[in-house]
Amino acid sequence: MSKKTQQLKLAGLATAVIAIAASCTPVKEYQKSRLNDGEMTLGNRKVEKTENSFQTYREGASGGNGGKTGGGCGCN
Amino acid sequence: MKKLCLTLVGLYIGYFAGFAQDKTDSSKYKNHTLSFEEANIVSSYYQQTGNNSAVTGGIGTEKLTDLSNSFDVKLYRYDNQFRKHTWGFELGIDHYTSASSDMIDLKANSSASHADTRVYPSITWTRENEKKGITIGGGASYSHEFDYQSFGLNLNFAKKTNDKSGEFTAKIQAYLDQVKLVYPIELRTGNSNSRHIDYASTPRNSFSATAGWSQIINQHLQVSAEADVIAQQGYLGLPFHRVIFNDNSTHVETLPSNRLKIPIGLRANYFLGDRIILRAYYRYYTDSWGIHANTASLEIPVKITAFVSISPFYRYYIQTAVKYFAGYQVHTAADEFYTSNYDLSSFNSNFFGAGIRLTPPKGVFGFEHLNMLELRYGHYAKNTGMQSNIISLNLKFK
Repeated sequence: MSKKTQQLKLAGLATAVIAIAASCTPVKEYQKSRLNDGEMTLGNRKVEKTENSFQTYREGASGGNGGKTGGGCGCN
Repeated sequence: MKKLCLTLVGLYIGYFAGFAQDKTDSSKYKNHTLSFEEANIVSSYYQQTGNNSAVTGGIGTEKLTDLSNSFDVKLYRYDNQFRKHTWGFELGIDHYTSASSDMIDLKANSSASHADTRVYPSITWTRENEKKGITIGGGASYSHEFDYQSFGLNLNFAKKTNDKSGEFTAKIQAYLDQVKLVYPIELRTGNSNSRHIDYASTPRNSFSATAGWSQIINQHLQVSAEADVIAQQGYLGLPFHRVIFNDNSTHVETLPSNRLKIPIGLRANYFLGDRIILRAYYRYYTDSWGIHANTASLEIPVKITAFVSISPFYRYYIQTAVKYFAGYQVHTAADEFYTSNYDLSSFNSNFFGAGIRLTPPKGVFGFEHLNMLELRYGHYAKNTGMQSNIISLNLKFK
């Protein structure tokens, strides 16, 4: 990847982060009914546990998802 | 006169004492005794096929089945300073059969690893100060299977913003593992014909640091980012993985004794309207062995009713190969490091399926304490020909 492409990607990411941060609106506790829904959890659900495990064994990448990062098993 | 004054003083004190009693806030009562919060059972059946087994040098069956079960329970109590202490106990038991591991000693149903059981208990503790939005915690874990043993420790910290819309998390973790050196039978020295030899062990250690941020954007959208830095050192391959050189000689997979991994994951969950949720995930991964990988997934839970939802999902994954990978009969004696493990090759994969989730208010199937049932199926396929199916069940009790 060329340096210019890398810089463009980083600039795009920074712009997205700033845009998201700028669009934040305060949410009161009584307005969090949708956010508190069990399927809105920011993270893997327990039913995905074994799926994440086999992906750690069968793929070279791991981590970045709150799950296994390496070690603890005879996996990659 | 004195009696009248005393009466008036008494009434005056009683009047304000009544107000003092009214100021007591009974809603601040917190349970100081250890109480049950929830328990989960997760069971999965995994079945895999393929023709690039690392045990036989990159060719041969990858047929494998795995029955995985885990049970976890959470208990909590509040201390005198109204901080919530939570203890988690988990026990996992996986039993797998593997046609490729069966070929470690080149005879069917004879290798010690053709079937194995992995047992992995763990314990966690957190202390949450809900007023200050600060959580600290730690945990320990253990894992044992025939040829692998692991001890793990972790510490974690979290801090919410004043308005509770954002949260910073940090975690450090260490695994101190031992790999039993079960070499392919033709490469063993000493009394290789004995099936009761004492295998030597060698260490594999993994250390990781994780930082994350989650943020509520508005009533419908929340996002998070998580980055890890993982350093591994020790025996990082597997001793029963064969590599067949171009001169047809057989060798044990040899990989560097150090590896640095950096994954960065991003999530965004959006509640669209009243019934549809969009759960998006992206991860970029790079490591010192040459792998660059991208992962993207989308899950769309659709609420059929308030208590029943169907969730189709799709995940795409693509990676480049490690610098040391080559297929069957490609490596030469000039290579310092070599592997024919197709999990470390260049490939892409698709994983798709669907799940159903039941959360009726009076309990699933009328069982009051069975709070939730989730059933999920997925099909996984690599462009190298490996395919697998997995079905998982989660029961939550409250």
